[in-house]
Amino acid sequence: MRYIPNTDADCKAMLQAIGVQSVEELFADIPAAVRLKRPLKVPPAMAESEVARQVRALADKNANADRYSMFLGAGCYNHFSPAILNHLVLRGEFLTPYTPYQPEVAQGTLQALFEYQTLICLLTDMEVSNASMYEGASATAEAALMAHRITGRSEVVMARAIHPEYRAVTRTYASQLGISFREVAFTEAGVTDIGQVRKMLSERVSCLVVQSPNFLGVIEDLTPLGEAAHAVGALLVVAVAEPVSLGIVKPPGECGADIVTGEGAGLGTGLNYGGPAVGFFATRDKFMRQMPGRLVGETEDREGRTGYVLTLATREQHIRREKATSNICTSESLIATMSAMYMVTMGPQGLRDVALLNLRKAAYAKERLAKVRGFSLRFTGPTFNEFVLRTKKKPGEILKGLLKRQIIGGLDLGRFYPELKDCFLVCVTEQNSRPEIDALAKALGGGR
Amino acid sequence: MQVPEGLKYTREHEWIKVEGDRGQVGITHYAQDQLGDVVFVELPKKGRSLRQMEPFGVIESVKAVSDLYCPAGGEVLEVNGELERKPELVNGDPYGAGWMIRVKITNPKDLDKLLSASEYSAYLKQAGGGH
Amino acid sequence: MSGTGNTIGTRGLVLNEPLIFEQGSPGRVGYSLPPVDVPEKKAEVLIPKRLLRDGIPGMPEVSEVDVIRHYTRISQWNYCVDLGFFPLGSCTMKYNPRINEDMARLPGFAKAHPYQPEELSQGALQLMWELEQYLAEVAGMDRVTLQPSAGAHGELTGLMMIRAYHTSRGNPRSKVLIPDSAHGTNPATSALCGYRVVPVKEGPRGIVEAKAVAEVMDNEVAAIMVTSPNTLGLFEEQIVEVSKIVHAKGGQVYCDGANLNSVMGISRPGDCGVDVIQINLHKTFSQPHGGGGPGAGPVALKKHLAPFMPVPTVEKKGNRLTFDFKRPKSIGKVRAFAASFGVLVRSYTYIRSMGSAGLRRASEVAVLNANYIQSQLKGTYHLPYDRHCMHECIFTDALQVRHDIHTVDIAKRLIDYGFHPPTIYFPLIVKAALMIEPTETESKETLDQFIAAMKQIAREAQENPDLLREAPRNPKVTRLNETKAAREPKLRWRPTS
Repeated sequence: MRYIPNTDADCKAMLQAIGVQSVEELFADIPAAVRLKRPLKVPPAMAESEVARQVRALADKNANADRYSMFLGAGCYNHFSPAILNHLVLRGEFLTPYTPYQPEVAQGTLQALFEYQTLICLLTDMEVSNASMYEGASATAEAALMAHRITGRSEVVMARAIHPEYRAVTRTYASQLGISFREVAFTEAGVTDIGQVRKMLSERVSCLVVQSPNFLGVIEDLTPLGEAAHAVGALLVVAVAEPVSLGIVKPPGECGADIVTGEGAGLGTGLNYGGPAVGFFATRDKFMRQMPGRLVGETEDREGRTGYVLTLATREQHIRREKATSNICTSESLIATMSAMYMVTMGPQGLRDVALLNLRKAAYAKERLAKVRGFSLRFTGPTFNEFVLRTKKKPGEILKGLLKRQIIGGLDLGRFYPELKDCFLVCVTEQNSRPEIDALAKALGGGR
Repeated sequence: MQVPEGLKYTREHEWIKVEGDRGQVGITHYAQDQLGDVVFVELPKKGRSLRQMEPFGVIESVKAVSDLYCPAGGEVLEVNGELERKPELVNGDPYGAGWMIRVKITNPKDLDKLLSASEYSAYLKQAGGGH
Repeated sequence: MSGTGNTIGTRGLVLNEPLIFEQGSPGRVGYSLPPVDVPEKKAEVLIPKRLLRDGIPGMPEVSEVDVIRHYTRISQWNYCVDLGFFPLGSCTMKYNPRINEDMARLPGFAKAHPYQPEELSQGALQLMWELEQYLAEVAGMDRVTLQPSAGAHGELTGLMMIRAYHTSRGNPRSKVLIPDSAHGTNPATSALCGYRVVPVKEGPRGIVEAKAVAEVMDNEVAAIMVTSPNTLGLFEEQIVEVSKIVHAKGGQVYCDGANLNSVMGISRPGDCGVDVIQINLHKTFSQPHGGGGPGAGPVALKKHLAPFMPVPTVEKKGNRLTFDFKRPKSIGKVRAFAASFGVLVRSYTYIRSMGSAGLRRASEVAVLNANYIQSQLKGTYHLPYDRHCMHECIFTDALQVRHDIHTVDIAKRLIDYGFHPPTIYFPLIVKAALMIEPTETESKETLDQFIAAMKQIAREAQENPDLLREAPRNPKVTRLNETKAAREPKLRWRPTS
């Protein structure tokens, strides 16, 4: 086996040195009754060329954004990733170390994560960020748990316009601890109903959780939502599923957010059928010790040279055990590093330009598609790169029809929102050219 | 290990210095030595009332964390705000500048359950920490 | 001193590299974008001005060359599996095959959208379905959920399923039994599920004894969380009896599968009475660790727990594979979308490369390598449990303490010799542990170099202990001040203005 260097002769020499006859003896502690007496029912080994053919055959059965015009977003966005990102993350030095427990030989990972923490703070305008969570939904769930710890309150008010899977995951996590939920409806503008928010907020509420741009593509006006939450001593948690929006949209930190979470895969990691992804998690300095996850901090070595270490580890499971702020251990260091690489490659101008390009293309598509007979915009609020189209036909059938023209046209919203069963969600990124958008309009019956 | 006379001790390694109905509380020399460099001390708000041996705060070193227990029930009169900026005082002067809270003792009988200096020294020896 | 003779540790040309924020100049760019082919409307025409940001102060402005240099330079400050021996106990730092990386990057996977229609995702579904079969077979279980993103996430998912199972029978119960040698994630996970932790002490042979479990087992115990082989590198010999005791009172047996690498094809947790186990794909199944993720922690389970699996599950209907969301008893979801799919591609590729016999061989050689190290270092270092080990062996600093040399010094000195240190000070029940897990992907020559270095370090401890106290000298930085980092947390760069 090419991954196992020791030959039979090597093994024999080692057995001799140990003083046993066979490997079997080393397994003597395993009771006979629970020894497997047959080979594993797993197919036999394959040569590299055979494996490659086998796996490629599976990959080829899937649609992908190279072969289809991709107008699906909904929390997983088709953005371009500069070539250097892939090359850099394939460097063995980033790809194959462990979590940086020995800082002297992990300064690369540590500095990269320190820079990532800074970049997330700059992007969200928050004071402190951790070194990554699994992905956006579970990061949002952890934010709700953190608000529960800080406030000691057990009710969460959550916008219905949050990604349905983020809501589901938050419920799964929080329901274990008896935290209850109330859901706030969205208005005809497609934003969270602030009137209803004010009614639901009380001194029992730990946090108000919203998403912006929300699942319906609409940008929330966060400032009044934050004011309403703070008025009753609750925290404002803002989830950002589309981080590219922050190139142009006012950051949650500027709008009174106490915790900002979100999905960072949009920053150069790509679709990957939904993962691996990376959850970002940022908050205010005063809540630093209540944060889940790893933190990298700056310090000095014995010669006074700057270096980086994992710090404030007493919050974590390996020290605080059942009193830890979270059970998280392995998270998404490499993907976090990849998103940092994306942010520095783009720079302030690139982040703004790519956001603007998304905005303009989506605006063009929105205008164009809304003019097609039988289609209209469902919501009136401002959007970034996604919007909801209402149709007189069945969205499912329309989307199915588009597949024949190599177009994946969007998400049938009936899947998550019964009240929007006549609607679908369309996403347009910098990857969608004007001819593609025109072809979508044409396929929907829009001529030209 | 320093175990000053005149103080009362808990088996969780806190001390209390009693003056009338008031008590000053901190952790022992042994406790700070076991923890190593203290990096953070979390203390209660003034006015909080505590039962005997109720956790009143948390002390952290780089790689350990420990609850702090109140040797006698009472109301928190004062907390040592200095420790927020200078947690190292706990290491440098555990029985002096490293004090943590002052309490108004509600039930003086609580003190009877605590160890004297010689009892605490013996307890440390037994626990293998007497050096 | 290192850097001579047979020692592989030495100094190369290591470049200094400041933070990226201290580099670049205004107007320098590293990106390119296609021309705008739609009307160039101003942002404030499309979005109200109060919802827009002015800029992102502090973001660096650098060129593509700068980015490449920056990350290449800092990458060289890392030790990694590609560079050499990484015997980090409990972490299974095996070689990460490169074909796996190529496969994960095939456009049919890397550029597939999780919400694209199922009929256009049959390849992805098939990979998930097959992987579920393989993992279930290795673990001896009935079903597997691939959704969890890491081992601890898998533990949480597993324990949530157990809680849902008990709740469906009328009482979620209130306690979880956890041996003292467990990973810290076990108690932390229990707390996240609202359970109180009841510790169980290991017996003198380093394993959980049935009678100790029987003493604390009652009708309020939801589960026992055992790690087998455990964190001492020992097989839990009494796990079958323990399972019987727990089951007799209606409890469930959760196995932390972090150490599955030692028993593939040899013994299956499911056959030992385990009801739920998480499988760390970034340990046993070759997903690279990436400096702390991504990983994945699929959870394998017995069929009585299947109704509680997270949605969606992958089901086969004739020749068609489909996601099943209609599972009314499901705990719900633990992450968005189906799974950390790219990780699954790597582990699938690995399993198909290794095959049935290859997986067994991997476990055999992993155990052989660990025992070889143990046998060669016994006597030089104190061996608290003197018996054959499984995939990892544990020593302590007890023979070096008299020279005032501690585990941390031994670990740091290994760096100068060109090795990554073992896991240190874990498990907590062993005083000052050095936990060595070589894995199967290391050759005898590498193990011999490591053994020689460890012996040399033991001599140095006696003859020249300062070499250890001052170690490491070779890396870019010497020992870092963790107290300062924690007392004055500086967790980000800040613009100076």
